[in-house]
Formats: sequence, structure tokens, C-alpha cells
Amino acid sequence: MLYYIIRRILMMIPTLLVISLLTFFIIELPTGDYISNQIAALKAAGEQSSIAKLEFQLKEFSLDRPFFERYLIWVGLWPGPHGLDGLLQGNWGWSFEFDKPVAEVIGPTLPLTVVLNFATILFVYVVSFPIGIYSATRQYSWGDYGFTFLGYFGLATPNFLLALILLYLFNRWFGLSVGGLMAPEYIDQPWSFAKAMSVIAHLIVPTIVIGTSGTAAMIRRLRANLLDELHKQYVTTGRAKGLKEGQLLVKYPLRMAINPFIADIGNLIPSMVSGSVIVSVVMSLPTVGPVLLSALQSQDQFLSGFILLFVAVLTLIGMLISDLLLAVLDPRIRLGGRASS
Amino acid sequence: MNVLSIEGLTVDFNTAEGQVRAVDDVSFVVPENRTVALVGESGSGKTVISQTIMGLLPQMASVTSGKVILADPSGAEPPVDIASLERKGPKMRHLRGNRVAIIFQEPMTSLSPLHTIGDQIGEAALLHRNVSGAEARELTREMLQLVQFPDPVRGLDTYPFELSGGLRQRAMIAMAMICHPALLIADEPTTALDVTIQAEILKLIKEVQSELRMSVLMITHDFGVVANMADEIAVIYHGKILEKGTAEQLFSNPQHDYLKALLHAVPSFHMDKDERLVPIRPIELKSEDLTSNRPHCDVAPGEPLVEMRNVTKKFTLRKGSFLGGKTKTMTALDQINLTIRRGECLGLVGESGSGKTTAAKAILRALEVEGGDILYNRGQGLEDIANLKGQELMDYRRRVQLIFQDPFSSLNPRMTINDTLTEPLEVHGVGTPEERAERVRNLMSLVGLDPRFLRRYPHSFSGGQRQRIGIARALALNPEFILCDEPTSALDVSVQAQILNLLQDLKRDLNLTYLFVSHNLAVVDYVADRIAVMCRGRLVELGETRTVVGNPLHPYTKALLSAVPEPDLSAPLDFAALDANRASEPHLWPEPFQLLEGMEPSLVEMEPDHFVCAPGLKNTGALEGTAA
Repeated sequence: MLYYIIRRILMMIPTLLVISLLTFFIIELPTGDYISNQIAALKAAGEQSSIAKLEFQLKEFSLDRPFFERYLIWVGLWPGPHGLDGLLQGNWGWSFEFDKPVAEVIGPTLPLTVVLNFATILFVYVVSFPIGIYSATRQYSWGDYGFTFLGYFGLATPNFLLALILLYLFNRWFGLSVGGLMAPEYIDQPWSFAKAMSVIAHLIVPTIVIGTSGTAAMIRRLRANLLDELHKQYVTTGRAKGLKEGQLLVKYPLRMAINPFIADIGNLIPSMVSGSVIVSVVMSLPTVGPVLLSALQSQDQFLSGFILLFVAVLTLIGMLISDLLLAVLDPRIRLGGRASS
Repeated sequence: MNVLSIEGLTVDFNTAEGQVRAVDDVSFVVPENRTVALVGESGSGKTVISQTIMGLLPQMASVTSGKVILADPSGAEPPVDIASLERKGPKMRHLRGNRVAIIFQEPMTSLSPLHTIGDQIGEAALLHRNVSGAEARELTREMLQLVQFPDPVRGLDTYPFELSGGLRQRAMIAMAMICHPALLIADEPTTALDVTIQAEILKLIKEVQSELRMSVLMITHDFGVVANMADEIAVIYHGKILEKGTAEQLFSNPQHDYLKALLHAVPSFHMDKDERLVPIRPIELKSEDLTSNRPHCDVAPGEPLVEMRNVTKKFTLRKGSFLGGKTKTMTALDQINLTIRRGECLGLVGESGSGKTTAAKAILRALEVEGGDILYNRGQGLEDIANLKGQELMDYRRRVQLIFQDPFSSLNPRMTINDTLTEPLEVHGVGTPEERAERVRNLMSLVGLDPRFLRRYPHSFSGGQRQRIGIARALALNPEFILCDEPTSALDVSVQAQILNLLQDLKRDLNLTYLFVSHNLAVVDYVADRIAVMCRGRLVELGETRTVVGNPLHPYTKALLSAVPEPDLSAPLDFAALDANRASEPHLWPEPFQLLEGMEPSLVEMEPDHFVCAPGLKNTGALEGTAA
């Protein structure tokens, strides 16, 4: 088992390299780069003065080198103007748009992104599991139809619309400030209990908004999976032993039905980052999403590249966690090799 | 004393099309320490009765009238009417798994794959016997010992997928027995198992029954099982009991026409060569339209059509931990030499895992073989099929067709019967669309189905009808050689007789050659001219059907034959002889048959035209067989 984990982690290294190459390639696909575009714009405007500084930057960030060299310098496998100084060395690059190192641009948003995503995933699971189980065990009951209707409603409502409505209602009912992840007075203040409470209060609306469609989809899938399992022979066997319905459900079909959801953890993370962009913009949440959007629009390549790579790393870690959890929970995967002999 | 008395039981299903009566005024009793067999075809309502007794009826079913009275012979509890109990209520739960227990047909699916055997068996003890976890584990170990698990202590912590079908069924029996129920319901407990394992499981049920003084309700469609197990029999048809009585009465003097017909539909070893089974619903064969438009076959009857020479096939298994570090190979076919003659039906017999299906697939060229040649005579002498390409391969495919085992999964549920039957014609570009349509209609009437059914989808047909569609599909291209891969093992006896007769008539009228793969020796005995017996990838015996069945020489063939339950009270299974011979282990066979790892499984002609795998005789002067 330990050997397996180490092997899996080692396997992640070449995967990451390939992903970083692809990311870099895709980001560089549009013609030109941030600085060349600026130079072109300045030239068109007839301003010569600041061009020299930009051309210096062009050299400084080795944007004049060939593609592979640029890539290797970015990763930190090739000496650039300052020697080996790339992602591997801990230099996450420079954001042209914000004129700051990427680390400083992203730094404050990352923990909030993680907190928000974690809250959303938790929300999705906590809400969808009881409802999914209820719907499956009481198929075609009024409750099932009701939740199905609500679920489709949740899937069909645009997230930003729901966000606006909920923000309005929460503001009217609870006096919550509109937008952001904390009340305005706490921004840039040191952490305190009151600030934490404010963050938690402000998390509620975005969590619900981002989680709704995920919850609706999850309810449908859990219901379908569980319905498949409920009619399997081993459930009848369990019932024939005299198990209570509740015990039976949790011990046998539910255990089987949750496998796809464990396998799904790895996929949830990136969709949570990139899927919540619009909502984050509408609600002006200081998460990675809006930063990524603006970086992509302005061809701020090191910033967008880093964020994409970061999401990829999260995905890989998520996959690793799901695989390990699956191996722990499902003996067929753990002992699979022995079965066929 | 009657442990179970069913009086006037009527069960209705409330379906979308209205009420359907599944069980109609059924009455019978199961006395203490006795076995009652409930016999009937699929759809006759026998499983509904078992569900009623267990309180496991589906929601849309309701008991309209009648009583199901369970009287515990120990007298600890007063008799209860199960039909009146709430199905999910505590009283029903108290009985279920405790006083009445059930074993199901499919040992593969009736155990949860995620829990250990020990956990699943011990659960019933925890629920009903008021014991601690450690005590339950100890009880489970005792039960595993009772059902003769090879290593009960290790068995506790194994998962179902690590066990063979026979061991899983033993675990199921242990699970049902752990609370010492008054009544055991065995719902087709051996239908999914090989004959040798079936015999062992039947023996086990008998032993456990006498040890625990329990009553058994045996639900089955197999008269061989009935003859060996039952004290009393009830025959059920369309939800009604047609006839009941002791086993002696019913076997010696069946009264009802249906029972007589059922008994006539079962193949047995005592039938004469030209005696025919009498199916309940026979099919008239109209084959005249089908003999035209077929590839010309120049091979004279009796000449070799297919020849397998030293064919070897190995499969690579993943072995060890789930890292898949080490690999292990399994020899599925070990130097098979086999000749199939034009116009004959060669029966290929063996347990699951013996390599018989692999052999059929190799002949189809659905599998590449590692060693040896497979030769086929297309009229220009024997050719190696591995060298066929392009047009020649298409021609070969037209000549060789396959009938599958499972009629349910071998038809595409999203294709109409018309599409299914036309597809081979389209693939091979046979005829114009009008001719194809005409041919498909002929095929339907050939297998006794109404051509109007062509627009239907597979789900609206019964198992036997689907199998006939499968046969029609195999015949669509007018092949000369058909591989039948257990074509009747998923079917009821009455339908089996119908399909077997159909295959025989087709062979006669269309001059077909068959390779008939089956694990059921009685069936092979009925259809085959010659029999080849396989075990662990080796051909162990080959000869005329009469010779092999009447005078088996190889210990494995003997074991197989002795394990077939005959539908005859005067020829019971010899349960005592069963445990002595673990006959499917080649290295345990006595000399001269012993076959160790790496030895060449050569065939020796021990009698004229009767070849046996006996490496010990190879050099003692006996003629070495070329397996003609």
C-alpha cells in the first residue's frame, strides 16, 4: 500500500510536466503577449518614451526567446536572465496587469477560495445525500416528485440571477452587506472573532448559489445509482436475514452507491474554481475565479498560467485522494488481483 | 407436524395493465424434517410463493386471500400466519432469517461484494440470537465448518469475489443456517452451478437438513434435482397447483398431462438413440426455402471439416497485490487435438473454466491462439484459418456461425428483431433488400416464430423465443458449421427440449455440422454423435457418445457422469462417493491418467475409436492416438 502511494505520487510528476507544457502552449496561442501588445498600442499612439522600458521588460521576462526556451525558463529548468528562476525555484512569475509578483496577487485570494470551495462541497454533500436517499427509497412519492421539481428548478435557474435575488433577500432580512466575503469594515483588518463571524455569514449566500446546481445534479445521480442498487439480489439477501430497512440501506446499497461520488472528488475541485467565476464576479467575491478571468482577457500570461497549473495540481491531488479512498473502501479494488486466480 | 401450511393462497400483482393473478388458490404443506419440491417453469409463480413465505413480496403484490401458517416444531412460539403480518414490521423481521431462511439461485450476486463473508453471515446471528460480536464470529466459524469450507477461519475474512461459485453458495447456506431455521427455502439453489458442484451442494443441503432437523422447500425446474432431494412434490403451472403427492407417486404414476409432458421433456441417459424428447410446445420445421443460396460445401459427410492441431492458448492473469507487479498465465487450451467431421454433432463437455468456450472461440477466430493450427475445409482441402484474409475470411465467417449461451444479453435491446436478423445479410452484402426481407421472414417461420413479430424488440420475448431468434440469426447466412455455446443452459426443461429438437431437425434438413458446448452431460448425450470431455484446458476423453457415456474410462469423465442427477428415483446420486474424488485436479488423477505440470496431455486409443488422455500408457505399447 505504501509502495502504491509513493508510486502514485511519483507518477504525478511527469503528468504535471505535461500539463504545464499544455497550459503554457494554450496560453501562448493568441498572437502576441501582454508587453508586445502594449508596445504596439503605444507605437500606434505615437508615444516613444515608455517603449524603451517595455522593451527592457520584454528581455527581462525572456518573451523574445523561442517557445520551448520560454516554457523551460517559466518552469525553471533553463537559465533565464537571472539564472534558474522559475516555478520550481518558488518564483511564481510576474503579473503585468497588477504590476506585482503573482504570489502577491493570488496570495490573499487562495485561502478564501479554498474556504469557499470546501464550504460548497460540504453543502452539496450534506444537502444532496439525505434528499437523494429519500427520493430513491420512496420513488414516485410526492416527496420524490417535489424534490425532483426543486432539483430541475435549481439546475435551470442561472446562478447569477439566484445570487442577486438571495443577496437582496439576505440584505433585507438580515442586513447583510451586499457582495464581498466580509463586511466592508473588516477588510484589511487583522483577524478577529467578529471578522470570522462576518466571513461565515457572508459565505452562506455564495455557498448556496454555487452549490445549488451541483446539489441538484448530485441528487439525481445518487437517486439513480441507489435505485440501481436497491433492486440487486444482495439487498434481498440482507432483507431476508431480517435486517431493519434503515440498517439494510446504509450497510449495503448505500455503500455501493457512493463509490462514484468518491471517485468524483478529484473532478469537483477544478469545477468549483472555474465554475464559480460568474457568481464571484457578480458577488464581487475575492476568489481566484475573477482574477483568472481578467488575466486571461488581458493576456497576463504568467498569472493565468500559474492559476491554471494550480487548478491542475488541485485536481491531481483530488484524484489521488479519491483513488486512495476507493482502495480503502472497496475491497474489489484493494484485492482485485487475487480475485481472478 | 407441518412446519409450513399454505391454505388457499392467492397473490395478485397490481400492474399498469390491471390485476394479474400470480398465485391462484395454492395449498400445500411442508412437514417437519421433510423436503418438498415445488416444480414449475419460469413464470409459473413458484418464486412468488417463496417471496410470500419470506414476506419479501414486491410492493405491487398483495395477498388477496389465504393463509401461510408457520408452526415452529420446537414449540417455542405459537404458529403465526405470515400472510397477515405487516411485511416490513418487527414481527415479520423476527421470523425472517431466524425461523425461515432462504438461499437464492445466483450465488454471484446474492452476496454483497463489499463485505466479508464472516460479516455477512454473522449479521443474522447478531440480529436474532442475541450474541456479541465475538460470539457471532465463533458461530459463523462453526457454520462455515458445517458447510465444509476448506479453511473456516480464513474464510471468515474473505470477500465473495475471492471465492468460486460453489463456495459462495456454501456461504449462502451457512448464512441461512446460522439461526437454525425451522424452514429453509432453496430457490433454484444449484441452477447456476456446474454438475459436480451441484451434486456437492445438494449433498450438503441434505446433510445440514438431517443435522438440524429442518424442513426444506425446494423450488426448482430440474427433475434430476427433484428426484434426488424431494420427499414430496407439488407441480405448479400458471399459479395453480396441478398435482401433488409423494415423489414415488408422481414419478411412477403421473396423473396430469402437464406433469407427464414435463417428464417427457427431460433428456436422460436411458433414452434410445432415435428416441425424441417431446416438448410441450413443439415447433414444425419448414426448411425448404432455406437450402438455396448457400455457399457450396464440397466436403463429403464424415470427412474432417475442422481440425485443431496442438492448439494452445494462454491467458495472462493479474496476480498478487493490486499493484499488478507479478503476472501469472493460465493455460486455457493445452495442446488440443480435435477433429470435427462434416455432418456430425460433436459434444464438448466440461465444467466452467475447462476451456470449452475458449476452444469454440478459437475456432471462430475470435481469439488468437499461441500455438498450433486450426484448419478448416472450405472445399479445397484443409486450410489454416489464421492465414485467411479479406474475402476469404468473409467467406469463412459466412460458413461458421455461433449460437450464444445467454439469450438475454446476446440480443441488442435497441434493435428490432428485423434489424438483428438482417444485419448479417447486410454485412455480407447478400441479396437485394427485397430478398433480405423475404429471407428474414423465412428464418422466422423456420424457428417457429410468427413473421409479424419482426417489428418487435427483444424484451417482448420469452427466453426460449429469444434463443430461437439467436438461432435464426446464426442461420441467416446459411452456414454449414454452427458452434452452439451452451444454448439451453439458461432455459427451462420444456423449452430446452423444444430448442434441442429444433437444432436436431435443422441439422438433418440443412446438413449442418455442430460443435455443441455444454456442461450438461444428459443434453450432450441427447444431441451429440461424439463427445469430447475437457478439464483444465486439456482434452481428457474422446469417443462415440454411447461409448463415452456407457463406458467412461477417464476418472474425470466418471466423476462428471456420476454427478448428473437423473430424473429417476431408482438412480439416485451416490452422495457418499462424492467427497472422495476431487476429480478436477489433474495431478490427483490416479495412474496412468495422472497429469503433472508441464506434461504433454497426449491421447491414447484405449478402445477402438475411444481416446483417453493417459500419459502413463503412452509408452506401454498401446496405439498412440492421433485423435481422429
